[in-house]
Amino acid sequence: MGRFVDLTLAGLTSGAVYAAVALALVLIWRSTRIVNFAQGGMLMITTFIAYTIISHGGSYWLALVVAVASGLVLGAVVERVLVRPVEKRSPLDAVVVTFGLLVLLQGAAGMLFGGTPRSYPPAFGIAGFQAGGRQLLFAPNDLWIVLVVLAVMAALALVFRKTSLGLRMRATAFAPEVARLLGVRVGRMLTLGWALAAAVGALAGVLIAPSTFVSPTAFDAVLVFGFTAAVIGGLDSPPGAVVGGLALGIVLSYVAGYLGSDIVTLASLVVLIAVLMVRPQGLFGTAKGRRV
Amino acid sequence: MLEVNGLVADYGAVRALDHVDLKVTRGSITAVLGANGAGKTTLLRTLSGLHRPRDGSMSLDGKDITRLAPEDLVRLGVAHVQEGRGVIAELTVAENLRLGGLWRRDRRWLRAGAEQMYELFPPLADRRNQRAEALSGGERQMLAIGRALMSRPDLLLLDEPSLGLAPRVAARIVAVLRTLRAESGLTLLLVEQNAATALSVADRAVVLYLGRKVADDTADTLAADDRVRRAYLEV
Repeated sequence: MGRFVDLTLAGLTSGAVYAAVALALVLIWRSTRIVNFAQGGMLMITTFIAYTIISHGGSYWLALVVAVASGLVLGAVVERVLVRPVEKRSPLDAVVVTFGLLVLLQGAAGMLFGGTPRSYPPAFGIAGFQAGGRQLLFAPNDLWIVLVVLAVMAALALVFRKTSLGLRMRATAFAPEVARLLGVRVGRMLTLGWALAAAVGALAGVLIAPSTFVSPTAFDAVLVFGFTAAVIGGLDSPPGAVVGGLALGIVLSYVAGYLGSDIVTLASLVVLIAVLMVRPQGLFGTAKGRRV
Repeated sequence: MLEVNGLVADYGAVRALDHVDLKVTRGSITAVLGANGAGKTTLLRTLSGLHRPRDGSMSLDGKDITRLAPEDLVRLGVAHVQEGRGVIAELTVAENLRLGGLWRRDRRWLRAGAEQMYELFPPLADRRNQRAEALSGGERQMLAIGRALMSRPDLLLLDEPSLGLAPRVAARIVAVLRTLRAESGLTLLLVEQNAATALSVADRAVVLYLGRKVADDTADTLAADDRVRRAYLEV
């Protein structure tokens, strides 16, 4: 029983990070119908920026803020400079562009920082909480990860549901042409969508960095799990991304704990296939207009 | 208020509009008639900036609007109600209406305007917090028109407002539009396949045939002109 609780809590923590990555992918998918394969590379770069700040004596919090801010800028620049020209072309062009960007970012990071994984400090302690006379596999830093991801998601949900800006962004995602006829500057909304997504991704990068370390390829697995979580949730639905991420994190934690950690990646594929066989549109997706 | 000169537009490989001239005076109701594929919808899409013309010019109150984007045209008072799927099904009725007036950045109007629309179209009032996907065809059309009115347009472009609606519902929408013209001097340009309905509402009508304008006269004259009716309007 104790082990079950431990695995659930550990799964919740990694699931929160997958949820954040999934949300970054979903925000971009629903507004531009592009799967941003460069997301892993983008959050790797912003995490390297955070790492550089910390290694020069900056605080964890300064590094976090700068990483998220540089995520905003990077997302906006990528949309304006690289994605905008291919937006109206075939979806394959966008795939090639985002893949190309991933290769470019990983190459650049390799040249600048080398391939050696660097350690990254956690925000809070990593010794597990005490409960019932034993130590849980859930530390203050894990609690921080779960809480900050949930808080960011609640904030985003509020912005989307309750503000005029959110209404414009949703209209852009659902019906760009209608939105333009109603005076919405759709181009700006798309740039903002990419910026927000990249900022959420940057946050995920900093949160997971203490356990993955920082290197050009350290976040590849996180991106694969994030993408899986997004597809499980329906790719179109922000709540779906959150639920998909948490569920995947917990399931994979059970797999690692009870079956062995070397089959985790395989298990995520099995979960993906199983969900898609039962509900091809994902848990929260609507059936229409899916072209993956 | 609206002047179109020698407008040429292509739709894929097809010439959808072939040197079309059009003059719409303020406060008038003009009907654009023609069979399927005559270029009616392309004309509206070009006027609202969704479709780039190949040649020709358009001006609004003397200001050239030929190259303007839809989001700029709406700020000059042009609102376009698209055929059929104009409402955003995933948003609520209230959100759809709000969206229509959002660019004005006027909180008071957003509230007052929405109430005005609920008064004009009472069926919307009961469903304000439901998603637009729950609406019937007639309610959707009311919502699309109400949303366009939220931008307080001078010129309203309407694409097939009565398509697929029960005659009673269509008549109600027409009545609302007539009231608006009488009260606020709204100018209407409406595309219709149903010539009889359109001619009974409009002051003027133009007939398009394969992208060319083949008739342009008062609605009464055209309604009485058997030659035009038989040749182009399938009535």
